[in-house]
Amino acid sequence: MTEEIIIAGFGGQGVLSMGKILAYSGIMQDQEVSWMPSYGPEMRGGTANVTVILSDNRISSPVLKKFDTAIILNQQSMDKFEADVKPGGTLLYDPNGITRHPERTDINIFRIPGAALATEMGNPKTFNMIIMGGFLKVKPIVKLENVQRGLEKSLPERHHKLIPLNIEAIQKGIENVETVLAL
Amino acid sequence: MGDIRLMKGNEVIAEAAIRCGCDGYFGYPITPQSEIMETLMIRRPELETGMVVVQAESEVAAINMVYGGASCGKKVMTSSSSPGISLKAEGITYLAGAELPALIVNIVRGGPGLGTIQPAQSDYFQAVKGGGHGDYKLIVLAPASVQEMNDFVDLGFELSHKYLNPAMILSDGVIGQMMEKVELSEFKPRWTEEEIIAKSGTWATTGKTADRERNISTSLDLDSAKQEVFNHKLQAKYRAMEENEVRFEKIDCDDADYLFVAYGSSARICQKAIELAREKGIKVGLLRPITLFPYPTKAIQEMLGQVKGILSVEMSAGQMVEDVRLAVNGKVPVEHYGRYGGIIPTPDEVVEALEQNFLGE
Repeated sequence: MTEEIIIAGFGGQGVLSMGKILAYSGIMQDQEVSWMPSYGPEMRGGTANVTVILSDNRISSPVLKKFDTAIILNQQSMDKFEADVKPGGTLLYDPNGITRHPERTDINIFRIPGAALATEMGNPKTFNMIIMGGFLKVKPIVKLENVQRGLEKSLPERHHKLIPLNIEAIQKGIENVETVLAL
Repeated sequence: MGDIRLMKGNEVIAEAAIRCGCDGYFGYPITPQSEIMETLMIRRPELETGMVVVQAESEVAAINMVYGGASCGKKVMTSSSSPGISLKAEGITYLAGAELPALIVNIVRGGPGLGTIQPAQSDYFQAVKGGGHGDYKLIVLAPASVQEMNDFVDLGFELSHKYLNPAMILSDGVIGQMMEKVELSEFKPRWTEEEIIAKSGTWATTGKTADRERNISTSLDLDSAKQEVFNHKLQAKYRAMEENEVRFEKIDCDDADYLFVAYGSSARICQKAIELAREKGIKVGLLRPITLFPYPTKAIQEMLGQVKGILSVEMSAGQMVEDVRLAVNGKVPVEHYGRYGGIIPTPDEVVEALEQNFLGE
């Protein structure tokens, strides 16, 4: 199994930390992982993206042009990465702020109202874990128990009290992902 | 199983330094390697192992602090990115000239000048062919994974103390900034003063005793005859490195009709390009130099009876390709493919370059 993922959105949405938790979850089930951020003079409000790869084998390039899954969280990222999903691959997006919805017909498309659900939960910081839940529903590549262990590893101990809230957010995401197009 | 973590390459350099018993780090911040000193400052190794971490007032000060620590026989290091390494070049040639061991890490960014903060491999010439003045060489290690960032810190110190010559880890913003699974090394204690005297007492400034002459760290000798003899000694040392320290990795070479030669992050990109090319029926392999000096010249030559063409891939306008061509000496076609100025080539582009150069497409 090799899963090549791009997560892309605004700085401040938790894109990089979602990728980190996903990568840690992979380590918890003995997979090889890589996490490659776009880095640069991009600050809060700018665009942020990270390429995460989980594999049972040694990972070749951490830098990719084509992805098995794209998780897209703003319009700029939709414009940039929709075309980079491999045919037959998966695109998951939050419709919040999206003015042009995905147009591809050769990929699986799913929608998750992450921003709306985070507001409903009364904590905007749960956003990225809601999205993570949506991803795990459509691509169950890591077990939930390993995500929990990944959270324990990647969060400093003083934040461990927030893990139940994160798990709740992931559950919310699992329950609320909608299929737009299934091949 | 040891201590497994998910860490950035830069963070791992810092952690590996603490764990291998490094005595001192002297640096000055610059993107994309600032996490090295940041991690050290957060870890506060002075409380744990006694390792000193100093943010110097400039790169020039930092490399001269390294010179001072190295003169005492200590395990000392510095790190920077391209423009900062240029500032350190004087100190590096002095280290080589005084036969001092030290580790220098360059997390390369695009140049020339201040350039960009994005990754590049355009400092190959500087690392391998000189950078500073005089006939000197650095031992140059090129990690291609976060694991190797860990492993090469200890290896770099080991080789630099074995040959009394500075060693460099030549990496780039990709390996420095990305996180991968890494198994951290076991802790090794720092050398005691007695161990340093036993190991390096013949040359290091460990404190003069009645039974020996003063040890002096210098690269100056105005007597040309002596200077030539000294240069012979350096050259003999470099030949010994070429004999004993060449490291490389071959991937999918057994049945290869074509060969990529690439190091560091470009080697990772080439591994993906191999997967893509083989899906198209193009049999290509990779020879990945791990030491850039000494260079795996013979390993390339051994492939010449087998391959029809070699593509050197590097995030530069074509620097390492010169060493590939020297090795090949015209026996098979050698071409270069590179992106630069901070652009990272994609695996698809590399396959396309292979096809365009050698398969008439």
